[in-house]
Amino acid sequence: MKNRYSHLRPLMLVALLFSVGAATAQEAPSPLDATTIHGDFQTDVQSYKPDPLIGAPRVPEKILSNTFANLLMSSGRFSAGVRYEAYLAPLQGFDPRYRGQGIAYRFASYSADRLQVTVGNFYEQFGSGLIFRSYEERNLGIDNSLDGLRVRVTPYRGVRLTGLMGRQRFFFEKSPTIVRGFDGEISLNDLVPGFDSVATRVTIGGSFVSKYQADDDPALVVPENVGAAAGRISLTNGGFALNAEYAEKANDPGLSNGYIYRPGRTALVSATWSGRNLGLLVAAKRVDNFDFRVDRNTTGNYGSINFLPALTRQHTYALAATIYPYATQPLGEMAGQAEISYHAPKGGWGGRYGTDITVNFSAVNGIDQRPLNDLQGARQGYSSGFFKTGSVVYFRDLNVELHRRFTPTWKLNAMYVHLTYNKDVVQGLTGFGVIDADIAIVDVLHKFTPKHSLRVEAQTLQTRQDLGSWAMGLLEYTYSPHWFVTVYDQYNYGNYDTAQRIHYLGGQTGYVGGTTRIALGYGRQRAGIVCVGGVCRFVPASNGASVSITSSF
Amino acid sequence: MKKFALLLTLSGVVAATAPAFAQTPASAPAAEGTKLVSRPLPAVTIRSLDGQAVSAATIHQAAAGKPTIVSFWATWCKPCIAELTNIAEEYGDWQKESGVKLVAISIDDARNAVKVAPLVRGKGWEYAVFLDQNQDLKRALNINNVPHTFLLNGAGEIVWQHNAYQEGDEAHLRELVKQVAAGQALTE
Repeated sequence: MKNRYSHLRPLMLVALLFSVGAATAQEAPSPLDATTIHGDFQTDVQSYKPDPLIGAPRVPEKILSNTFANLLMSSGRFSAGVRYEAYLAPLQGFDPRYRGQGIAYRFASYSADRLQVTVGNFYEQFGSGLIFRSYEERNLGIDNSLDGLRVRVTPYRGVRLTGLMGRQRFFFEKSPTIVRGFDGEISLNDLVPGFDSVATRVTIGGSFVSKYQADDDPALVVPENVGAAAGRISLTNGGFALNAEYAEKANDPGLSNGYIYRPGRTALVSATWSGRNLGLLVAAKRVDNFDFRVDRNTTGNYGSINFLPALTRQHTYALAATIYPYATQPLGEMAGQAEISYHAPKGGWGGRYGTDITVNFSAVNGIDQRPLNDLQGARQGYSSGFFKTGSVVYFRDLNVELHRRFTPTWKLNAMYVHLTYNKDVVQGLTGFGVIDADIAIVDVLHKFTPKHSLRVEAQTLQTRQDLGSWAMGLLEYTYSPHWFVTVYDQYNYGNYDTAQRIHYLGGQTGYVGGTTRIALGYGRQRAGIVCVGGVCRFVPASNGASVSITSSF
Repeated sequence: MKKFALLLTLSGVVAATAPAFAQTPASAPAAEGTKLVSRPLPAVTIRSLDGQAVSAATIHQAAAGKPTIVSFWATWCKPCIAELTNIAEEYGDWQKESGVKLVAISIDDARNAVKVAPLVRGKGWEYAVFLDQNQDLKRALNINNVPHTFLLNGAGEIVWQHNAYQEGDEAHLRELVKQVAAGQALTE
């Protein structure tokens, strides 16, 4: 009760500062003369009508909406801001616990030469995020900002230290768990005298994060403080770069790992080389029991403390991106990825304008696990050699993409993808098995005049399993710089259930002016999966009209 | 209810404050609403492709008094790649006529950040490229989604910004760059 309005205090501070700015602006120059106020706004409104054929349920409210508005103020070394959010009620596919509205984020920050202090909500990432990342991804309904204190110090050139402490946002409340973290990073070239001009650049870093959650388990004695540590190195020389990070986590029994006491380990290594017109990448990752979250009694997307990036290509064409997308399996996976991108220059087979080719391959398996059957004893769960790959295939993706401009007014993008997708493992289901699918995409753009363009996409996904094959067509007409209209149809023509051979027809039109974009849409939306960065959200089928507005200043 | 009342108060304060700000020299050219707000990029840390920490407030300095285009993009964003590819084909001409520099800031997270350097060099882009991995700069600049493009004048102040990219938009941007390089007020 006593804390009910405590979250509004920084807001009053912001208001107070704004009024100070107003009062002093007329007089002699003051530090607040350089004050700027800026903001952004986003709203997505969707109407729903029941459509039993595609499985779109009746939505009692008929119209749902998600709205976000940020207001930031910066004045020299000082900045502050608030974000208002309203879910009236949350769009289908977002967690219903978002229902409501209020100030979801507010902060004040001060920067001196070697010091930066932030109080209130903040986002942060240590290294590649293996043990700590707080971030906002609205499209997934993820916002795990911490509410507390963060201090950054630069004691010497090339040395950056960050300490933080806070409680994670949990919808419109806060998680009771306290998260504490420290990160240190050293750029050797900046710190070591004489190393400044060396072509090889080396950065090393280390971090430690711990969470405190009271022991609430009726049967087990669970650790109340759980720590995780990580070390990393980044090495670059000309076009070559090597990045590696290794992390360990103390025993952390929870619902997701079956309350076992086995410590967690994760490693992520990547090497890239790029020269003129050629880029190469190889990367590998091992994850073993690394679900790190604020509440041991939960699973799912909410409450993660860390971020385990998926080592697979992030597809953007609809049939490749939303039917069989991969998401990192935090309990265990071995993953590898390789990519070659080549720009064939003008002339020869590169054609008159050059041709881009990208070949990408990724493979993910489970880790080798030897069950220990010790749930009545030490509860270590299983043993697993660090370099041992399991036999279960989680995911394979081989794709080739080609981009070529034929004339100033004709452009082509073509893509072939072969996917192997363990639907049971990735989506947590049973009975679907491992699905093989081939996808082909042709995307042609024609410019009629410098301002009028038409883009046509033809896609197909071929499989004999699951829902069978799909075809998709899309037309997008743009009139630069303001107008666009697009229509599309996804057709599940290969479904074994002939009643389910459904057309998902839809369209969108809109206006872009400066930083404002307004879009109106209507049509059927297939049930599918939206992913960003290897984190995915299921979106149920829907049928109706939508309005989206984004703006900023 | 209280929260709502407070927001109203806050917006009231902002509204009341706005005329006072309009008289300060820093925002004097801001005659036409949202596009002409002149403020510099904030001192938020971003990374160069070789891992160095760089303050966003300094990136316009490479243009040495000429305009700078700051383009936010991601490896998975098709319109972003289209915009940067289309400008790349004419970039030499743009630089000759106005001295402009383009800075491309990737918001790719840990999944794709390592792919940025191979992609940029693979495509032969000659832009300065930085990483904003946890989107701190994107947030500080109130960007809703990519692509989002800013035009800075020689002093590093934002004089124009635009969300989204449609085929052909670059012709308009090129005209604006020429106006800014010539010290003219933007007509749009």
